Amino acid sequence: MELLYFGQKGWGDELFLSFLMTIAVSMSAFSVGIFLSALFTPLKFSKLKLLKFISNFYTTVIRGVPELLVIYLFFFGGSGAVMFVASIFGYNEYIEINAFVTGSLAIGIISGAYSTEVFRGAIQSIDKGQFEACKVLGIKKNIYFLKVILPQMLRLAIPNLSNVWQLTLKDTALISVTGLVEIMRQSYIAAGSTRDPLFFYSFAALLYLILTFFSMKVINKVEKKYSRSF
Amino acid sequence: MITSVPKLLYATLITLKLLSFSIIFGLFIGLIFSLMRISKNTLLNKISYYYSYIFRGTPMLVQLFIIYFGLAQLDWLRESFLWVILKEPFWCAIIAFSLNTGAYTSEILRSAFQTISKGYIEAGESLGLSKFKIFVTIQIPVAIKQSLPAYGNEIILMLKGTSLASTVTLMDLTGVSKFIISTTYKPVEVFIVAGSIYLFLTFLIHSFIKYNEKKYEAK
Repeated sequence: MELLYFGQKGWGDELFLSFLMTIAVSMSAFSVGIFLSALFTPLKFSKLKLLKFISNFYTTVIRGVPELLVIYLFFFGGSGAVMFVASIFGYNEYIEINAFVTGSLAIGIISGAYSTEVFRGAIQSIDKGQFEACKVLGIKKNIYFLKVILPQMLRLAIPNLSNVWQLTLKDTALISVTGLVEIMRQSYIAAGSTRDPLFFYSFAALLYLILTFFSMKVINKVEKKYSRSF
Repeated sequence: MITSVPKLLYATLITLKLLSFSIIFGLFIGLIFSLMRISKNTLLNKISYYYSYIFRGTPMLVQLFIIYFGLAQLDWLRESFLWVILKEPFWCAIIAFSLNTGAYTSEILRSAFQTISKGYIEAGESLGLSKFKIFVTIQIPVAIKQSLPAYGNEIILMLKGTSLASTVTLMDLTGVSKFIISTTYKPVEVFIVAGSIYLFLTFLIHSFIKYNEKKYEAK
């Protein structure tokens, strides 16, 4: 237990900070994912074939390629891409992107592909009669989307979105390869310097279990609140 | 870039090897734990429940690191015959992957077993079939049919999961890709080639599952 003391003696405070880092990265990645799915879900229903293709291409490629490969693409390609854009504006110095930003973007893009599919499924399971009813009533397109489709879509999407959240949470462990000090990275450092990997990785597993357990509790509450019928 | 394509193709073989071993062991583990889960024995039931909860609630990377880095710390294990297996990163990866996919497979099979309509089992009983016979000739085939779509997804997730093997020094498709990226600094090109190989494999698995779904539908 001495290994978990706070301060100079143990790894308690470091591990606690990395625990908070995992929460922060998961939340920002999940938000990036929701933002991306707000862009790509409408494209799935577009009448333009090109837009539909772009959206399908995004979700198929990202869901078919390992997360680690996407992270490597961002990690090694990210600063190159930013430097390329900067060089157009005449800035030629080396730019290093923050590991937190790279990680959130990489995991966010993965999370976005899954949540786009969740929202698509939710919209498709809304009864078609409602679209027709709105047409008959002459309700404007953007109003019926906001007042009729959106509330129902969110309600239907919550259970599957909770799966996406769990997936995102667990995917953040992979960002440790880029050096961001979250639970996995901190355990790696602690295991290396104390030569006690069994303890630290088991403790990391426990921290992840705590995270999944409590997020499940919160999600269940939200689900109950919104599953009331209107 | 073109010179590295054969290297990537060779690495694909390692990825496929990892995938097939873990899927086979995982199916076996999943079947055992799903049976424990539906059994009336509370102890077996609890064990299976916590097994699946722990393995589904933690990242596979942690599980792999516990097995690869953590177990090496136990002296009694290093002296036992198990060390022959556990010192190899390849087998450590397979153990971690099999236990992980086993947890998901057990959930898929459990829900399949639980949703089999009671009528089938009663029909078997009224024909005088033994419990074992009912299980083998009725419950298993129906469960396979019901769980095929979900199981197909699990195989695809597992294909992506094998990429974690690259973190324990195995040169699978992702490991070789990372090596090429870090020596040539051409992340986009390598991503396109390696990504296409993964997508192609995903497509193959998807088609194979669809084909089997149709075959079972016809019966």
